[in-house]
Amino acid sequence: MEIVGHPVPRKEGRDKVTGQARYIDDLHFPEMLYGTTIRSTVARGRITNITFVGDIPWDEFVIVRAGDIPGENCVALILLDQPYLAGEFVNHPEEPILLLAHSDKYLLEEARRHVKVEIEPLPAIFSLEDSDNKKEVVWGEDNIFKAYTVEKGNVDDVWAKADLIVEGEYHTGAQEQLYIENNGVIAIASPEDGVTVWGSMQCPYYVHKALLKLFGLSEDKVRVVQVETGGGFGGKEEYPSMIAGHAALLSWKSGRPVKIVYDRAEDMVATTKRHPSRTRHRTAVSRDGKLLGMEIDFVVDGGAYATLSAVVLSRGTIHAAGPYVCPNVRIKSRAVATNVPPHGAFRGFGAPQSIFALERHLNKVARELGLSPEELRRRNFIHQGETTATSQVINEKVEMEALLDRAFELTDYEAKQQRFAESNKTSRTKKGMGFASFMHGAGFTGSGEKYLESVVGAEATSEGRVIILAASTEIGQGTNTVFAQIAAEALRLDYDSIEVAKPDTGNVPNSGPTVASRTTMIVGRLVESAVLGLKQTLIKSGLLKEDYSSDEFSLACHRYIEQHGPLKSFSKYKAPPGINWDDEKYEGDAYGAYAWAVYVAEVTVDTTTYEARVDDFVALQEVGKVIHPILAAGQIEGGVAQGIGYTLFEKVVWNEGRMMNNQMTNYIMPTAADIPPIRVFFEENPYAYGPAGAKGIGELPMDGPAPAILNAIEHATGVSINHIPLMPESIIEALGGDRA
Amino acid sequence: MPDPSGKVEINLIVNDEPRTVSVYPMARLLDMIREDLRLTGTKEGCGEGECGACSVLLDGLLVNSCLVPAIQAEGTSIKTIEEIATGEQLHAVQQAFITCGGAQCGICTPGMVIAAVNLLERIPEPSQAEIRTGLAGNLCRCTGYMKIFESVVRACQDNKQNIPAPVGG
Repeated sequence: MEIVGHPVPRKEGRDKVTGQARYIDDLHFPEMLYGTTIRSTVARGRITNITFVGDIPWDEFVIVRAGDIPGENCVALILLDQPYLAGEFVNHPEEPILLLAHSDKYLLEEARRHVKVEIEPLPAIFSLEDSDNKKEVVWGEDNIFKAYTVEKGNVDDVWAKADLIVEGEYHTGAQEQLYIENNGVIAIASPEDGVTVWGSMQCPYYVHKALLKLFGLSEDKVRVVQVETGGGFGGKEEYPSMIAGHAALLSWKSGRPVKIVYDRAEDMVATTKRHPSRTRHRTAVSRDGKLLGMEIDFVVDGGAYATLSAVVLSRGTIHAAGPYVCPNVRIKSRAVATNVPPHGAFRGFGAPQSIFALERHLNKVARELGLSPEELRRRNFIHQGETTATSQVINEKVEMEALLDRAFELTDYEAKQQRFAESNKTSRTKKGMGFASFMHGAGFTGSGEKYLESVVGAEATSEGRVIILAASTEIGQGTNTVFAQIAAEALRLDYDSIEVAKPDTGNVPNSGPTVASRTTMIVGRLVESAVLGLKQTLIKSGLLKEDYSSDEFSLACHRYIEQHGPLKSFSKYKAPPGINWDDEKYEGDAYGAYAWAVYVAEVTVDTTTYEARVDDFVALQEVGKVIHPILAAGQIEGGVAQGIGYTLFEKVVWNEGRMMNNQMTNYIMPTAADIPPIRVFFEENPYAYGPAGAKGIGELPMDGPAPAILNAIEHATGVSINHIPLMPESIIEALGGDRA
Repeated sequence: MPDPSGKVEINLIVNDEPRTVSVYPMARLLDMIREDLRLTGTKEGCGEGECGACSVLLDGLLVNSCLVPAIQAEGTSIKTIEEIATGEQLHAVQQAFITCGGAQCGICTPGMVIAAVNLLERIPEPSQAEIRTGLAGNLCRCTGYMKIFESVVRACQDNKQNIPAPVGG
């Protein structure tokens, strides 16, 4: 039976539907304490005094301050600028200052309210404009965490030759990941035995690296175990390093296991969100609609510390010019500091921001040229053999025109456009069609995968079962299932005979973080080669022939282990041939492979209530070989729903750097009643270096909805709106409605 | 006899078993279920009745257990996710969630399954609109709901073909 391409049952499906799956808050240890975090109350300032007040038995509490940290007080990631606990200065309104633990969590909450931290405020800034203009320098010498320049051709010479120059400015807001399970960990730590952390997370080895530095321990003294994780979407890429360190510090001091699980309000107010952005476009075109030059200025608000902003910016920068060919491109980008909690990873990782800007801007260019949005794109789509903005030659077959044609067919696009244009003349509800065409690179950007040097292991048991050893986490997307499919297919064994080990740094090699649409394409490929290594070992040792049954495989494993001991195989990442990237010039093969897509939205704007609604959504994409059709469609549907939320529902309300609507009651994500039919279609063009031909898929669906929906709203209303989230009050303003 | 700690005894039926639990009167039903009864299949997502991860059936009614004071459960019959399957035999809704991809990360799944079971008890053959309304109190961030709707439709079809399912309520 073929396994890849078929909807085998999800590995942990039964446990999840019966409530038997154990998440971090379902786990307990004897003598366990609960931990909590005392946070800053001002955006920026100097801590002058901390007092413990009220009728609280303070001597029963474990209290940890910055001075108690045994190693270095920084969350090790890209830079070392973010402390675990603020010592003298705070740089955002929810910065951790002090930790408390107690066995009674009700008393703990009472105590938390009775720690008084006095802070002398310093001038703070809260918007990327203020940071970019250096109204106040709050980080480094110039507020800039990272800046990139991408240059292709010569943009400066193009303006004089252009028939038309079109400029535009585009803004996107913050977005909360809103996984339904909040961040949480349990730690057991002592100077004698080292540190062990169990938690909800995407990247066990990120946490491992951070704890090494925090405690100054050797690698074998720190163990990180991922437990069942209730969603991540990027929100559990970096933050678990913070909360894990906090719980471990409390355990280190108390000698007791310590659990910290945030409630929803704390998780929303204190942890990372999607970077707000501003993009400015200046585009030169010829009269016949050819892109001659693109100048793009892309800025993201990184918040108070560097965290992952440099790499978020990188992905956003590289995707900023889209799946189009333009001979002259300059992209200048910056991640800047503000006094808000650090922004971080969220599905799409910078690309949804810059793609929103580009796909809105191209509609403006088309309008000014007198072309349809689709015709402008058709005249500029990239093809095999042509180069992207980073001068990457696209070696794979790309057929954006065919994707566009099929997407239009699936949505009856042109007929509906005409019909709506007619009915809108007399109706109070205006209907519109819009689309976005885009690409998304899979795996770490540029040299990233080369530096990561990911490793996957496979071990065979004497019963002929195969266990995959990888740090890549199952966070709902189907890692366990897809790895087992890839391994079963490669070895021609039953799906049920493959197991995937729990990510535990004490037991699995570092297969890299579970991010960047890399798990199937990059790590899956290593799974494939690791299990083939088992087979080759058996063949070389004379115990197995090339053609074998599952019984013969089991027998061979049994004999091998009897004769030689454990049967293991490891595979380490090696870049496919011909991948070259210049970190200095930001030029070359940014990604090994891209997924290509055209998304179409049908919308209604009610000119009485000023509500915009998506009525139908079609997501068509080419993602290489689809390993599991139901999981793959589930990834796209879930991403599109988050994208619809990003566009029309989810507004973070800020005041002095703090999220004011940090509740599910007033930060609104789409419900079952809000979501339109999301219709998902795949084209399959197998990628030579992906497992069974697969490319990455996880982030792609986040990129298309926002521009497709705003393009549709423009078609419906004739009004161009260039910022998201788009709430009814903005539609009132744009349509010139009467607020009374 | 009043307990000096301020706790009260609550008598109720939990998953068909009579239970007596000593809790603070204003403790949440959710905490009583998770901490005192150690039934951790019921999850907490928001603590304010928005997400539905803590859904249970109280005398057959779908409730957010984070909003129900434990004392209000006195004399009632509670059914949690642990009692939806009959031994090894999954409920048609549970099986459909596995078949159709209705569960991804799984944290909303127990509440979503309970809400779907409750919906099918009330409306054995719901329309798309009734499915959407019936599940609108349960948030899912992973699936975009499409595969959850498919799971409910699939469970109806399986029910019609007389695949055995336990009686709820």
